[in-house]
Amino acid sequence: MLCDICKKADATVHLTQIVEGKILKVDMCEGCSKTKGVQDSAAFSLAELLAGFTPPATEEEKPVEGPGIQCPACGMSQADFKKMGRFGCAQCWTVFEDGLGPLLKAMHKGDRHVGKVPGKAAHTLVINEKIKQLAEQLQKFIRDEQYEEAAAIRDEIRTLETKLKAA
Amino acid sequence: MNLNEFLKNPMEWVETEGPQRKIVLSSRIRFARNLCAFAFPGWAKKPERQRALAAMLPAVERLPEMSPGFSASMDSLSALDKQLLVERHLISREHAARNVGSGVVINEHETLSVMINEEDHLRMQALKSGLQLKSAYKVLDKVDSALELHLDYAFSPRLGYLTACPTNVGTGMRASAMLHLPAMVLSEQINQVIQAVGKLGLAVRGLYGEGTEALGNVFQISNQTTLGEREAEVIERLNKVVLQIIEHEENARLSLLEKKPRLVYDQIGRAYGILTNARAMSSKEALNLLSMVRMGADLGLFPTGTQIAMDELFILTQPAHVQKAVARKLTAEERDLSRADVIRARLKELPQPREDIAEPPADSQPEHV
Repeated sequence: MLCDICKKADATVHLTQIVEGKILKVDMCEGCSKTKGVQDSAAFSLAELLAGFTPPATEEEKPVEGPGIQCPACGMSQADFKKMGRFGCAQCWTVFEDGLGPLLKAMHKGDRHVGKVPGKAAHTLVINEKIKQLAEQLQKFIRDEQYEEAAAIRDEIRTLETKLKAA
Repeated sequence: MNLNEFLKNPMEWVETEGPQRKIVLSSRIRFARNLCAFAFPGWAKKPERQRALAAMLPAVERLPEMSPGFSASMDSLSALDKQLLVERHLISREHAARNVGSGVVINEHETLSVMINEEDHLRMQALKSGLQLKSAYKVLDKVDSALELHLDYAFSPRLGYLTACPTNVGTGMRASAMLHLPAMVLSEQINQVIQAVGKLGLAVRGLYGEGTEALGNVFQISNQTTLGEREAEVIERLNKVVLQIIEHEENARLSLLEKKPRLVYDQIGRAYGILTNARAMSSKEALNLLSMVRMGADLGLFPTGTQIAMDELFILTQPAHVQKAVARKLTAEERDLSRADVIRARLKELPQPREDIAEPPADSQPEHV
């Protein structure tokens, strides 16, 4: 069997991938398999190789944004993300949040997490929510010039914030 | 525990008889988790990856579930050792390519493994015999919750567990079942199944995961989405689909036996003949023949226990295991010779397949146990 790519050498690498329910097969020689990056399966897509098209991946659906955005935590830029299809750090998820919604919706069943919440996060979530409510109350008291009440709320917020830091 | 000692332990998920084991080899749950404090492994520079590994490795090793166990940094393992772990489904092929700054921790019975600094900081999996997705989930959930007390996970209330790749964000969970579907392949129904499963948002892959061929008629079915659905729902959906596929495979076997019994017995008999007599065999040929004998065992043509022996051989005939058996590196040709030796030795006691049986056996005991 000859290599599908160079049509010269004997095919020794045989690959089958299932992309969107279709079976794609390719037979290639050792040399071509290396140049096509078959060894690194994470970066390798048979569909791309066979048809020369890019499957609907992150980079395509992502709406074009200003080129200047960069993650302050890890230094990843929009262009880096497009190239790699992977984020650089947890912070990137906030930095590149705009325009992520449609991408996630297309990829998943929804755009909101409904599964497991780590115990620690659950605790933090409750406190954060409470702080948010108190902050609104605080603003109201200040507006109404009820300073005594406002001070009490402020203290309560401080206590919760120390709790958060300790967690 | 060093790798050699570790590998002497039986693989629990192979040796124990889980539910639906005739068709479902194993069930696997995997979680992807990351830490807030470090860049993701694919983007972090070496020193940062090393710092992250130093933070995670002791926390994982200390888990009671993981000890006694095997723990190593990837640069301390030889290429052959890494390949052994891949063949046992304990690390991914991507992880085997990693070196300094990545690590792995595996429990004694190989039912739990944690890859450190693969694509995500943590990739942990629970592996069980047969169809046991829910119980695998329970085990892994416990490990995850214990680990979380010591490590600061990257988590967003809106997006869930944050991962390097947007395809894993949310639960970070991949649930999968490994199915042996020879009759679906023989009766050429497998493509229909693959298409139907694809429409349900599930993926079908080969024996060794993404991008691998379905050798030995083994297929992996897994969920593709991780956001907007609870873990339990995903598992329930997958479980239902797997049960349906089992039914289809069983029907395909019955109908093959009814319509072309000779063909079925012929395939099984030939597979037995070649496996027990060949002096050289490629890994692809081995897997396909083992698959036929495995189906023969399901049909009652071989003594009980044959099925498990075949599943062991699925792993022991892989290239690194063949080399491990002779304790030296072999060329591809030499491997084919050794592989045939490994198989003949293992099947020495296996009797010939029973004479053709008119009726497909339900739970009938084979005659010559």
